[in-house]
Amino acid sequence: MKLPSLREVATESRLLLIGIPVFIWTMIPIYHMFLFAISPKEDAFSGKLWPDHPTLHNFEIVFKQQHYFLRDFYVQFWNSLVIAASVGVLTLVIATAAAFSISRLRVPGGRIVMNLALFTYFIPAAFLAVPMYRTMGNYGLLNNHWSLILAMVTIASPYAIWVLKQASDKLPVELDEAAVMDGATTLQIFRLVYLPLMMPSLVAIGTYAVLLAWNEYLYAFLLLSNDREITLPVALGNFLAADDSPWELLMTTGFIYALPPAAIYYAFRRYMVGGLTAGAVKS
Amino acid sequence: MAITLSGDQSIPAPPLSSRLTPPQIWGIALLAPYLLVFLAFVVYPVGYGLWLARAPSNYVALYNDPIFARAAVNTLIFLVIGINIKMLIALFLSGFFAQQRTWIKWLSVVFILPWAVPSIPTILSVRFMLNPEWGMVNHLIFNLTGDDGPNWLNDPTVALTMAIGVHIWKSLPFWTLILMTGRLAIAHDLFEAAEVDGASWWQKFRYITWPSMQTLYITCTLLSMIWTLGDFNSVYLLTGGGPADLTHVLSTLGIRYLRLDQLSLAMASIVCAIPFVLPLMYFMMKRLSR
Repeated sequence: MKLPSLREVATESRLLLIGIPVFIWTMIPIYHMFLFAISPKEDAFSGKLWPDHPTLHNFEIVFKQQHYFLRDFYVQFWNSLVIAASVGVLTLVIATAAAFSISRLRVPGGRIVMNLALFTYFIPAAFLAVPMYRTMGNYGLLNNHWSLILAMVTIASPYAIWVLKQASDKLPVELDEAAVMDGATTLQIFRLVYLPLMMPSLVAIGTYAVLLAWNEYLYAFLLLSNDREITLPVALGNFLAADDSPWELLMTTGFIYALPPAAIYYAFRRYMVGGLTAGAVKS
Repeated sequence: MAITLSGDQSIPAPPLSSRLTPPQIWGIALLAPYLLVFLAFVVYPVGYGLWLARAPSNYVALYNDPIFARAAVNTLIFLVIGINIKMLIALFLSGFFAQQRTWIKWLSVVFILPWAVPSIPTILSVRFMLNPEWGMVNHLIFNLTGDDGPNWLNDPTVALTMAIGVHIWKSLPFWTLILMTGRLAIAHDLFEAAEVDGASWWQKFRYITWPSMQTLYITCTLLSMIWTLGDFNSVYLLTGGGPADLTHVLSTLGIRYLRLDQLSLAMASIVCAIPFVLPLMYFMMKRLSR
């Protein structure tokens, strides 16, 4: 074993000097949420860094829906799930079809559509929310899950199309040509050549759309209001309506709500980082 | 126009399809779902919204509403100060996370958490931490100094700063990751050559890193500014626009008008931002569509 040189020690400690504050900064709000989730109310409100009596009682209350604010917990969880899954599937279908059409079939006007989609991508979400709310009212979709699903598909597709188009532009043209020589129809090329090759990007985009929909608060709280129609984040926001909100339960529910996206993110991180960031900023 | 998959042209066909090959017909059919979504949920709402905001009286009303002026200033502070601080930190940290160390790799896995988890529980968590009576921050201040901590969210300046902090907490990982990808793309032998020539840390950054990253950095900054205009959560969930509607930004103000049933005012406040946003959007679209 060779002892590290003085210079190596200096470099390492300089790195630690950055790393430790970064770790603390990142973890504080999350740790605080976790702390509340395992604390009885008195401990949570006393500002302790670790509860005297850590407990899972809060989780029990949530899972048994034993509080006024939680009486529709399972329904709301289910709503979040259904909406996120629908947005994922619909975005994938719409965006894959569009990307295939623009990039592989070179449909006339495809470039214009791509630019329009990109333009949509840059409309600040909260700005579009205002007219979107009224539009959904005009369509008679307010308080209907479809309003949120369609709104989220609208927001997710431009980026999805763009990333998928970038990825499919990289596939060699010769593949399609060879398939045509073999007498493949357009649909067969799509199904047998295009989709299998695009799988990594499709996983990335599907994950992106699902997370976007699961995490969405603003559109959900504008478009849905009935207690049994709303998604979990809206329910969490509703906790604040009371003066004496049960914060320990709010944080427990929030913790449960935050787990699936974190798990999905880490499960598909490989695809996310490769598929999204590579395409995200081309310089 | 390159047509890669041409069908057999000699088959007699109706007028339209004689000009379009089967792949092109498929192309149009496959593009149709997105076009429908675009027409129904982008073109129609935007057109309708602009139409609602057409009356000049809306702008007079906005001009006379002190909350609007305050929100415009807050938005500028958020964008100009907040985003630049965030991007500078991201640029710095991208260099840190580009270091090849096992523990830094693990730290980067943790570091991405704020971006991976939904904002509502974490922002509400910060909100309670800052609670003047029961929050952890003021408990710590009391335990350390014996004095009561400040009423964090009751001072507009402090509250807005905290909202910017929450925004940075949430989106810093994403931008750090992007900038790190840019950094790792720089050819490594450039640094080795500089090392041999005895270049200092600053010289390496100034003459190698920055020239290869400046386009990416500026693109990211502009993109982040556009998106931050639509960041509703950081302000709404932390301060709710309070105290006394002094911490609104344009995105929360639009929603506030909407909740007060003043839709045309909400649209007008957004229309006021268009002259600033549109050039940015156009520039970004041009960059990414190359």
